[in-house]
Amino acid sequence: MDLVTPGFGLIFWQAVTFLIVLFLLSKFAWKPIMNALSEREASIENALSAAEKAKLEIQGLKAENEKLLAEARLERDRILKEASDAGNALIETARNKANEEGTRMVQQARESIENEKRAAIAEVKNMAAALSIDIAERILRKELADPSAQQTLAQDYISAVTLN
Amino acid sequence: MKRLLVLLFAFLTVTASFASETAEGGKFEPGPLIQHHIADDYKWEFAHGVDLYLPVILFDNGSLNVFSSKNFYNENHEVVPYNGYVMSHGHIYRADAAGNASEDKAGLYDISITKNVASLFISVALLFLIFMTVAGRYKKSAGKAPSGIQSFFEPIIIFVRDEIAKANIGPKYERYMPYLLTVFFFIWFNNLLGLMPGGANLTGNIAVTLVLAVLTLLITVFSGTKSYWGHIFATPGVPRWLAPIMIPVELIGILTKPFSLMVRLFANITAGHIIILSLFSLIFIFESMAVAPLSVAFAIFMFFLELFVALLQAYIFTLLSAMYFGGAVEEHDHVDDMGHGDGVHH
Repeated sequence: MDLVTPGFGLIFWQAVTFLIVLFLLSKFAWKPIMNALSEREASIENALSAAEKAKLEIQGLKAENEKLLAEARLERDRILKEASDAGNALIETARNKANEEGTRMVQQARESIENEKRAAIAEVKNMAAALSIDIAERILRKELADPSAQQTLAQDYISAVTLN
Repeated sequence: MKRLLVLLFAFLTVTASFASETAEGGKFEPGPLIQHHIADDYKWEFAHGVDLYLPVILFDNGSLNVFSSKNFYNENHEVVPYNGYVMSHGHIYRADAAGNASEDKAGLYDISITKNVASLFISVALLFLIFMTVAGRYKKSAGKAPSGIQSFFEPIIIFVRDEIAKANIGPKYERYMPYLLTVFFFIWFNNLLGLMPGGANLTGNIAVTLVLAVLTLLITVFSGTKSYWGHIFATPGVPRWLAPIMIPVELIGILTKPFSLMVRLFANITAGHIIILSLFSLIFIFESMAVAPLSVAFAIFMFFLELFVALLQAYIFTLLSAMYFGGAVEEHDHVDDMGHGDGVHH
């Protein structure tokens, strides 16, 4: 029975001592320890969230870069396409122009050849006429040296002319 | 590992002290021996013949008497009356004319520094030494990683905070932390000191567990919210005519909780001591060395179990205290919660 009968002395000392311990440890041990722990946890929390934020920022930057890069790529493709288009158009117009010019020149040449030809033919005709007249003159001169011949000719002409 | 070996060695010396006790006493009686080892005493017997006589402090009708308990023993180690007092069966009584214990105890308060009180002071000194050092480390290396003794105790402190206080009390846990931490380390340290050879059975003393349980009771009662008392005096969901039964039952419930705390700690620690002592006693009961290896093996097994129990009981006491505090500060604002705490909580 002695075992389960609390003794007064021990109750007294235990109560007094425990309360003193509780007070002193609360003030000088638990409070600073708990504060230090929560402070440290808060700082770890902050560091972690800052790291997370930095990670997100970096991801954002990366995405931004990717976007810029993609945009730049698109721009480049667009510029290249435009340039090639412009080049093609240029070539096309140049070709057309050249073709036109060629056609025009050919036409001009043809026309000038035609003119030359015409002029040449006219000249040949004139020359042929002059030559014919000259020849005819010479022949006539020779033929009509003899007055009988002149007579005959005149007779011929006269006979050819039929008086109506 | 080295520490374990030291513990083991120290433990074996307890056995040695038993051995010498039986040598001169004739027939071996395990009952009184075990009772003597788990009970309080006015002297501290480290080993047989190596005694520290502790001061006796008597508060007798307003007058204070302080003297060494050595005065109760003559040179033949026989108990003798001293200064009008006599020691009988581990208690101090007023001595009657014949030098026997008198029945009249009115006004006599015995606040002697007994073995348990001395052990209490040692444990308290140890608590101060350790936790002031730990707190100092936090101040000195603020914001840095814990080191040394600090890194040993930090996980335990965090465990008490997160797993015991936060988990069972909720958002108001902070103001209970000092009590929970103090009670946890107080019980743990004293359980371990009790396992030391020659150590006092402090946490296996019902007076100590009584004080701790009463403190838990007082804190619970004084932190009870309106809804806590509401659940006791007008349990929601219970018909009003049941109140004459419910209110006494609930009031008894308030008391049985700390009562179970008191008995659980006392019984567990005392039982552990009794088992180990009994196992050793077997050797002397059989008076055979052949039993010794078996006894020692079992006792070592029990000792390691007790090391575990020392921590476990500290944990259980703290955990249950936290649960009672949690029940007292909890806000029940749900009609569907019939006072069992099984309703929907937010």
